[in-house]
Amino acid sequence: MRKLKWLAVIPVMIGLAACSSSPKASSESSSAAPAAAPQQQLKPVDPATVGEITGVVKFDGAVPHPRMIRMGQDPVCQKANHDKPVYFQDGEVNSNHTLPYVFVYVKKGAGQYDWTPPSEPVVLDQKGCMYEPHVMGVMVGQQFKVINSDPTTHNIHPMPADNRAWNESQPPGAPPITKTWARPEVMVPVKCNEHPWMRCYIGVTKSPLYAVTGDDGTFTIQGVPPGTYTLGFWTATFGTQEQQVTVPPKGTAKVTVTFKAS
Amino acid sequence: MALALAIIVALITIVSVVLFHVHHWWLPENIARNGAAFHNQFMLTMAVTGLFFVAAQLSLAYFLWRYKDRGDARKARYTHGNNTLEKIWTSVGAVLFIGMNLLGYRLWAQARFVGASPGALRIEVWAEQFQYWFRYASPDGSGHFCETNVHLMDDATGNPLGMNLSNPACQKNVVTDTLGVPVNRQVELLLRSKDVIHSFFVRELRLQQDIVPGMVIPIHFTATKVGTYEIVCTQLCGLGHYKMRAFMKVMTEPDFEKWLKQQAAEQ
Amino acid sequence: MAELEAAVHHHEAPKGFIRRYVFSTDHKVIGKQYYFLALFAVVIGMFLSWLMRMHLGYPNYKIPGLDLMSPTGAPGNVMTPEYYLSLMTMHGTIMIFFVLTTAPQSGFGNFFLPLQIGAEDMAFPRLNMLSFWVTFVALMVLLATFFIADGPPISGWTAYPPLSSIGSVAGPGEGLGQTLWVVSIALFCVGALLSAINFIATTLDLRTRGMNLMRMPLTCWAWLVTAIVGLLSFAVLFAAGVLLLLDRLGGTSFFTPAQLKVSGVVLQHAGGSPLLWQHLFWFFGHPEVYIAILPGMGITSHILSTFSRKPVFGYRAMVYALGAIGILGFMVWGHHMFVSGMSPYSAFYFSILTMAIGVPSAIKTFNWLGTMWGGKLRLTSAMLFAIGFVSMFVTGGLSGLFLAQPPLDAYLHGTYFVVAHFHMVMGVAAIFAMFAGTYFWFPKMFGRMMDETLGKIHFVGSFVGAYLIFMPMHYIGIAGNVRRQSEFIDNFMQPLLPIHRFITIAALATGAVQLIFLFNLFWSMFKGKKAELNPWEATSLEWTTPTPVPYDNFNGRLPVVHHGPYEYNVPGAAKDYIMQNSTEVVAAEAAG
Repeated sequence: MRKLKWLAVIPVMIGLAACSSSPKASSESSSAAPAAAPQQQLKPVDPATVGEITGVVKFDGAVPHPRMIRMGQDPVCQKANHDKPVYFQDGEVNSNHTLPYVFVYVKKGAGQYDWTPPSEPVVLDQKGCMYEPHVMGVMVGQQFKVINSDPTTHNIHPMPADNRAWNESQPPGAPPITKTWARPEVMVPVKCNEHPWMRCYIGVTKSPLYAVTGDDGTFTIQGVPPGTYTLGFWTATFGTQEQQVTVPPKGTAKVTVTFKAS
Repeated sequence: MALALAIIVALITIVSVVLFHVHHWWLPENIARNGAAFHNQFMLTMAVTGLFFVAAQLSLAYFLWRYKDRGDARKARYTHGNNTLEKIWTSVGAVLFIGMNLLGYRLWAQARFVGASPGALRIEVWAEQFQYWFRYASPDGSGHFCETNVHLMDDATGNPLGMNLSNPACQKNVVTDTLGVPVNRQVELLLRSKDVIHSFFVRELRLQQDIVPGMVIPIHFTATKVGTYEIVCTQLCGLGHYKMRAFMKVMTEPDFEKWLKQQAAEQ
Repeated sequence: MAELEAAVHHHEAPKGFIRRYVFSTDHKVIGKQYYFLALFAVVIGMFLSWLMRMHLGYPNYKIPGLDLMSPTGAPGNVMTPEYYLSLMTMHGTIMIFFVLTTAPQSGFGNFFLPLQIGAEDMAFPRLNMLSFWVTFVALMVLLATFFIADGPPISGWTAYPPLSSIGSVAGPGEGLGQTLWVVSIALFCVGALLSAINFIATTLDLRTRGMNLMRMPLTCWAWLVTAIVGLLSFAVLFAAGVLLLLDRLGGTSFFTPAQLKVSGVVLQHAGGSPLLWQHLFWFFGHPEVYIAILPGMGITSHILSTFSRKPVFGYRAMVYALGAIGILGFMVWGHHMFVSGMSPYSAFYFSILTMAIGVPSAIKTFNWLGTMWGGKLRLTSAMLFAIGFVSMFVTGGLSGLFLAQPPLDAYLHGTYFVVAHFHMVMGVAAIFAMFAGTYFWFPKMFGRMMDETLGKIHFVGSFVGAYLIFMPMHYIGIAGNVRRQSEFIDNFMQPLLPIHRFITIAALATGAVQLIFLFNLFWSMFKGKKAELNPWEATSLEWTTPTPVPYDNFNGRLPVVHHGPYEYNVPGAAKDYIMQNSTEVVAAEAAG
């Protein structure tokens, strides 16, 4: 008899074990986990000595043929763009043969400084069934806010390798979704499961030393402490590059990189 | 109580039948060549079931009122049944139900047992969460569907089907988000899915078929009326299921050719 | 012949509270436990349907407090499409498994099968306890999905792979939520299998002297056939569940084909067949429909006869029809798959057999009408719900004749016509049978009477309400309204929105009527009029033993049966009914 009673208890325990694994997973993800514990004493940045890095990302080769996005699946999206054609942003080349949407960031050399994320969030907007901006940076631990300006439901599905993936929908009228990222990762692709063409990229870095090239291919990273760094250049279509750069105290380092057609 | 209930049952029966009969909410218009046969079978079934429905419900209502215990001396009939009656309604039911079913078989055989005719226009339908794509071999009907590669599939760069764009056969293929078809010409669709089970349903064609990953399912139809019709997904495919749809544009032959050339130019 | 009672040992109830009321082996306690488990589940299931109906009728209405249920599923009280699907999945799973499968069979069956066949308990009392507690755990595991970050699964109660087999990449809820769902269903299968073995053994082996098979009340026949159907079908679902779990967690590919690209990820599966799951699932799933409805048919036959004061019309035909439905029920699963990509030729076979299963269903309907015909109807609440069952079963069953024809199904499949069909035939009809059973057996289960006036109000509200909810779904289904959509975004569906509003209001009102039932149930339990020994003047054995029923049912002296189950108004008898264990000899009985 007693034996049988225990048999009945076994499934209860299985059930409890299955339930208890979930809160663990969520608590790990929801807490804004600080960057890995400091190995050495971190130095504060001296604002009196900082300089900047500016540069341009050029493109060499035949300009790829821009491909139009077919939004017929969701008429709300077509209407939001006034039925004008919208083109894919990955692989886009500026008219002056430079590249937009290049994520430029300090890959090595800034680890000894104490970077605290700013209190204002980085905002990702969904507008005309496109992400705005297409490429963006955010610091580890910084607030990352997603808003929906479209009269249609969007879904935000980041697919990181090192951070926790999430997949949440945002109907029109729903409040902003606010998240943080626990670990540096370049880049986290984000897709919308409602609109397959939508994609943006998030560069999660430990420092605020990053920039994204604009429609003239230029970028500027400000507030760089003097020193020698490895800069990383990331593009969605044309691969990545690295370059050494030395920033003098209060000075400007100029960089030019060139991507070739793939 | 018994009278009131009998009236309620009868009223529900009558109102239900009337609402079926007025066709206020009814099948959308038919544009399929075999739509008339569908309609006949539908109406035959409606008549048979309607007869049973009215007979059964009204008997219930009548019995409720007629045989209610009124406290009088009447005794209930003592019977354990009647084998002749059992045999009658068993055989009538069997003949009616199975016979009605057999009558509908021509329709099913034409649609599913027989393949598309050789002159049919072949179009590939690709479904994914939560979008349809339609692939035509070329703007002029020549060529073939080039191979697709799952690793090249990328919706966010405009290559949802994973075609090798340096392959000349792929360059001829036209991929659209609207299903354009010529009127009065048979169309064969090859249904394929990239991820989960979807479905292809055009109400006006009375045509529904699941799209199963790992399978290529052929279906065929002939649309007989120019216009724009909705294609909806009827198989639960994930969070965006409610908005998974596309449009089917039925055009005259010249319009269709012009439309397909324009689609080719836009890509 | 003169022997009135068969002597057996008398057993006392265990003394401890836990052994007596919690981990009890007493079939009566277990029957009540199942009943209350189903009652708890049906309240949740109905609540979920309210939320869905609110969203369908009033898509922009923000349901206050919804974000407390799920902050990500309803941010700012706006229901997301995936949360709608989660609610739908949970509604279906809870209703079908934990309500329709548990209450009519395991609930009433446990309590009344041993009483009606004159047994002391079920054949395997400890197995019985185990099957209840496994079912209880299954429900807890299922409900746990509401409290995990991932949320409940979104793949519906049918859980078609690949959506259900590839993990969280398929969408919210498809991670841990879907895994828990499969675990819950597998556990439920275990409980149902144990219960089925118990029912079969009890019915075959523990019938008291004189209770031959053809003297069993039709309820017992229904429970027996249901148990056999359950034994054969839940075993298959269990196997399918294990395979699905392996696909999800073990990297196998039973149901998952190669080269899937989901959310931009190429999956590492090879060669599975999504249709294999559908075959296994519906091989269970269609018999499951009969598992839900057969006990209801038994209860309805029993109650119609009792309150018509007339023998069941065509008792043997009823038994054969139950058996035919049970057997044919295993041969028609493909009618759920006419448009699934299965061979169109097999659709032919499945379609014919499906039409054939309409025949025993029609026989039952005719016999119910025949039972009422020429009777002396006592319109108690139980009787009204039994009549309501017949009405709903006819309405719901007839729409099946459309869906059983492949060319018509190729239009109606996936529309609200199907929703209307199965809700009426297996949802509302089965629940009406449960209500009928509750009003009928409450005096035996709780020793008091339920309030008849409230019961009649409850019936009228539920009967009219059910038609108002589900009849319009036929019309919008014919108009092409696709099911499982959380919103109707296209212009085509906009004209149908007023009907959805109507259905929503009807659903809320009909739901509110159920509060009358809940009140009546709990109020009568404590304040109801004390029940007499045989308040309905019924014939079966449960009315021969005192209430509350002794621990060993018949105080150690089993009754001996001399009559068939439905001897009402036998000419020449002393009263208008002859109890099964009565020794009265009436000439007309043998002749009739």
